[in-house]
Amino acid sequence: MNQTLLSLRNVSKSFDGKSVLDALDLDIRDGEFITLLGPSGCGKTTLLRLMAGFEHPDDGSLTLAGTDITHTLPEHRPLNTVFQHYALFPHMTVFDNVAYGLKMEKRPKDEIRQRVDEALAMVQLGDFARRKPHQLSGGQQQRVAIARAVVKRPKLLLLDEPLSALDYKLRRTMQVELKRLQRELGITFVFVTHDQEEALSMSDRVVVLKDGLIQQLGTPREIYERPANLFTARFVGETNLFPGKLERLGDGTITVDVLGVHRTLRRPSFPVCEGQAVHVLLRPEDIRVLAPDADHGLAGKVVERNYKGSTLDSVIHLADGTEVLASEFFDEDDPMFDYRLGEPVKVSWVDGWEWLLPVEPDELPAGAELAVNA
Amino acid sequence: MNRWLPRAYLSIVYALLYLPILVLVVFSFNSSRTGYRWGGLSLQWYESLFNNHAMVQAMWNSLWLALAAATVSTLIGALTALALHRYRFRGKRVLNGMLFVVMMSPEIVLAISLLALFLLIGLQLGFVSLLLAHVTFCLPFVVITVMARLSGFDERLPEAARDLGASDFTMTRTVLIPVIMPALLAGWLLGFTLSLDDVVVSTFVSGPSYEILPLRIYSMVRVGLKPEVNALGTLLLVFSLVMLMLSQWILTRSKR
Repeated sequence: MNQTLLSLRNVSKSFDGKSVLDALDLDIRDGEFITLLGPSGCGKTTLLRLMAGFEHPDDGSLTLAGTDITHTLPEHRPLNTVFQHYALFPHMTVFDNVAYGLKMEKRPKDEIRQRVDEALAMVQLGDFARRKPHQLSGGQQQRVAIARAVVKRPKLLLLDEPLSALDYKLRRTMQVELKRLQRELGITFVFVTHDQEEALSMSDRVVVLKDGLIQQLGTPREIYERPANLFTARFVGETNLFPGKLERLGDGTITVDVLGVHRTLRRPSFPVCEGQAVHVLLRPEDIRVLAPDADHGLAGKVVERNYKGSTLDSVIHLADGTEVLASEFFDEDDPMFDYRLGEPVKVSWVDGWEWLLPVEPDELPAGAELAVNA
Repeated sequence: MNRWLPRAYLSIVYALLYLPILVLVVFSFNSSRTGYRWGGLSLQWYESLFNNHAMVQAMWNSLWLALAAATVSTLIGALTALALHRYRFRGKRVLNGMLFVVMMSPEIVLAISLLALFLLIGLQLGFVSLLLAHVTFCLPFVVITVMARLSGFDERLPEAARDLGASDFTMTRTVLIPVIMPALLAGWLLGFTLSLDDVVVSTFVSGPSYEILPLRIYSMVRVGLKPEVNALGTLLLVFSLVMLMLSQWILTRSKR
């Protein structure tokens, strides 16, 4: 499980002089579900195309199971791709689409029939073998594309935003189905998406990419709860960012002044010194909204409330103008729990649920950022 | 009134389009020798048409020429369209524009310049000169038909084929050509009909060794209209209708 299957070393790629990937290193483990996550233009699709062999790196190397495949043609790589818009062959039946890869291997006819039938049964499309792709729904076409890619039993399956063309409900179904397939087949999945929710719910590990650089590589929990930098924190999930000033260094603790409230927090892993500015990050579900007469917390008032079924999401304006997002679960004891707009409240959080990040040197000061937004 | 006016208008337009054709078909079965009086049903003009050896020969010549011109221009045109679609190179836009120049320029200009060229290089006027000329004016139509199909072609399809283990050549054979096949057939049919009924260019570049149908008819008409021409016209009409239905059938079938 922990053996490296595909390793990329120092891989760079640029198009028309514009760098897309910059000296990237990445190890993909055998049997894992790894997701490349990032906004459009971050290089995730280029990375996938490099693995598939549709692009070749300007520099660096790719090694698959000990073999250098940097210059191997796509047809000779023991991996397969599920394309974004499926790329099914429109002139062939579902059966012929799935059989295509096996025909290229010149397998005997009986074996082809048996393996295609198996693959179609696996994606529950056994009855659709004689249809043409255009006679299928989007979700069915998607499943044909998956069957076509896994029928060759590749070591590695590359999936390029395979669910982006499906509607929300179908997406959720396919997410579960893909996970099941991956478990059953034991194939390593490299999944590209710009949907952070999808990345978190499906992956063993997530690679967060921006401008061709890996921002963070870790389990979904690490990415969400301990983001390596502000980009990851903001891109993955909603985040409240409080400005903090480090007042005192203690033994394994630090005291931070957050908008006039002094809190003693766990010492972060990055080097700190007194007087340093830090970001205090809190997810909306970690925020506690208290009554205005509570003895601690930051004073503010509710400016928006959003009933979400299982949670009540609210936006709270603090006295200094900072916006705080809070997401609270309904309490069985108080099913009518709600806020009035303009209701004064105090905002706090449970000690230890915060996450600290250093203020990066190229960041705009908080005031300047506000000015830009206004 | 408001309902009848558009219908009447449409009827007149269609009558103007189809009445001459109808007259031609009806009179091809007329037994009277002078063309404009009905003398009873007869197949004699068809009989005399098939006994006219020069005419039958011209018909075969035309068919062979159209077949060859359509095939050659489809081959060259498909490759040209692929190159224009697939590669980025200097002068691509100019090359693309030049296709339209050939298509838009008056036929007489093309005819004169081709004749001048053939005389200059000392080419005997006959089948070869006709074929070269026909390929020249068919080519842009084929290229544009195929390019239109390619512009809607999913670029991921060749990649999917390569990904599944097909070499570039196998991919072309099993994916690219089948997908653009309707456009190739449409281009071929277009070339075939263009070549079959061309008069202007052919007049200039044909020689006595290879007489083709449109020129034969043209010379017949000059001497005086014979009812044989009606029979010939009817046959050509049936032939083009069959071709039209065939192409429609192929196109709708390929969409399935």
